[in-house]
Amino acid sequence: MPTFADALYGALALITSRDAQLAGIVALSLKVSLSAVVCATLLALPLGAAVAVTRFRGRRVLIVLLNALMGLPPVVVGLVVYLLLSRAGPLGQLGILFTPAAMVFAQTILILPLIAALCRQAVEDAWIEYEEQLRSLGAVGMRAALTLVWDIRFSLLTAVLAGLGRASAEVGAVIIVGGNIDGVTRVMTTTIALETSKGDLSLALSLGIVLILLVLMLNAAAYLLKEAAQRRYG
Amino acid sequence: MILPLKLDQLAFSAGGREIIPPLSLEIGAGVATVILGANGAGKSVLMRLMHGLLAPTGGRVVWSETDEARIRRQQAMVFQRPVMLRRSALANVIYALKIANVSARERESRALDSLKEVGLLPLAHRPARVLSGGEQQRLALARAWALHPEVLFLDEPTASLDPSATREIETVIKAFDASGTKIVMATHNLGQAQRLGDEVLFIHQGRLVERTLADGFFKRPSSAEAAAFIKGELPWV
Repeated sequence: MPTFADALYGALALITSRDAQLAGIVALSLKVSLSAVVCATLLALPLGAAVAVTRFRGRRVLIVLLNALMGLPPVVVGLVVYLLLSRAGPLGQLGILFTPAAMVFAQTILILPLIAALCRQAVEDAWIEYEEQLRSLGAVGMRAALTLVWDIRFSLLTAVLAGLGRASAEVGAVIIVGGNIDGVTRVMTTTIALETSKGDLSLALSLGIVLILLVLMLNAAAYLLKEAAQRRYG
Repeated sequence: MILPLKLDQLAFSAGGREIIPPLSLEIGAGVATVILGANGAGKSVLMRLMHGLLAPTGGRVVWSETDEARIRRQQAMVFQRPVMLRRSALANVIYALKIANVSARERESRALDSLKEVGLLPLAHRPARVLSGGEQQRLALARAWALHPEVLFLDEPTASLDPSATREIETVIKAFDASGTKIVMATHNLGQAQRLGDEVLFIHQGRLVERTLADGFFKRPSSAEAAAFIKGELPWV
């Protein structure tokens, strides 16, 4: 059993060696999670905003549901998507099980409620301030919702980042629908799980470090962007 | 023409409290109407009922037109605290024109004209939210001006501004009045009511106590409540 120091040393060596296998895994992770974030954001922001500014029957149930689904267990999402995409399943025709597309699909479902719920809350808070003015100008319904989303877009970045964090950190969904196939669907988290169980702690730890660094960099970039926007637009 | 505006037994209650007891009155074109009253008298609620931001709990608001879209387009409102979108001053005016279905070609020139009217042309490309309170309120007026409304509602438009910003706002309101827009303004400021109003609706505890031409109102108010208000007393103490 290697010590933590050994693993850390091995990890740094691996990162600095620009290992092709490592780079491939990192690239696929980013591709899958970023694609899922884009898909989920495009659906979740209008959904969250619409729930925030419209009044309809069952609205409160939907809000509670969205909030509850923020904590959706990734393995359960993986299992459901697996059933949907398996050959006998309703979406079996697509033939995308055990491909990166299936992983994007699963992660999109996983983070959609999270982004939608956070967006709903942010837009609802803004709506309190804007409502009379927008209604006076004649902007109601979806139009008002989209105006608000655009106006608080830099605040919504936090919601999108939360989605990205959840997508890039989860292992349960991608391992079920992706299958952790070497060179095809192996991403950072599934590799960490696999290599740890195999005993290759250096590779596992180096991936862990890369994962944390990437998330840190993305958040730092988003923070700076938001700060600059606040100075610019007030 | 959507005027005259008729309030027919208009009433509003909230949380079991009657804020506006049934009220009937007619507001016609021409003279600038000032709704005067103390804080909490129900002026803002009354304006919001007229403008359609609040649904009455009793009675009706009747315009002389029946086409809902036209009624909406022919009125604008300026609030005590202007709400600006996070975009340039010019873009804020253009946004209002877009919502009002003004053709894309016309929007920018109309927006620039109205910014010029309120003296904000040099700040057209500044982000609206970083403008000062007075400038933002003038921008709110420009946004209303661009819409060419038949009726302009103003709810305490200078209540949170300093005297010099207040003067600038009042100048623009006078220009609105001179251009033929019907002014309906709520204020608790006697001086402002005198400077801008042709007629005064004096509201006390949600009731219309007195309606008189401005000259007469300030010299010889006919109700005890209005007389007390002018003297600076609080009639309910």
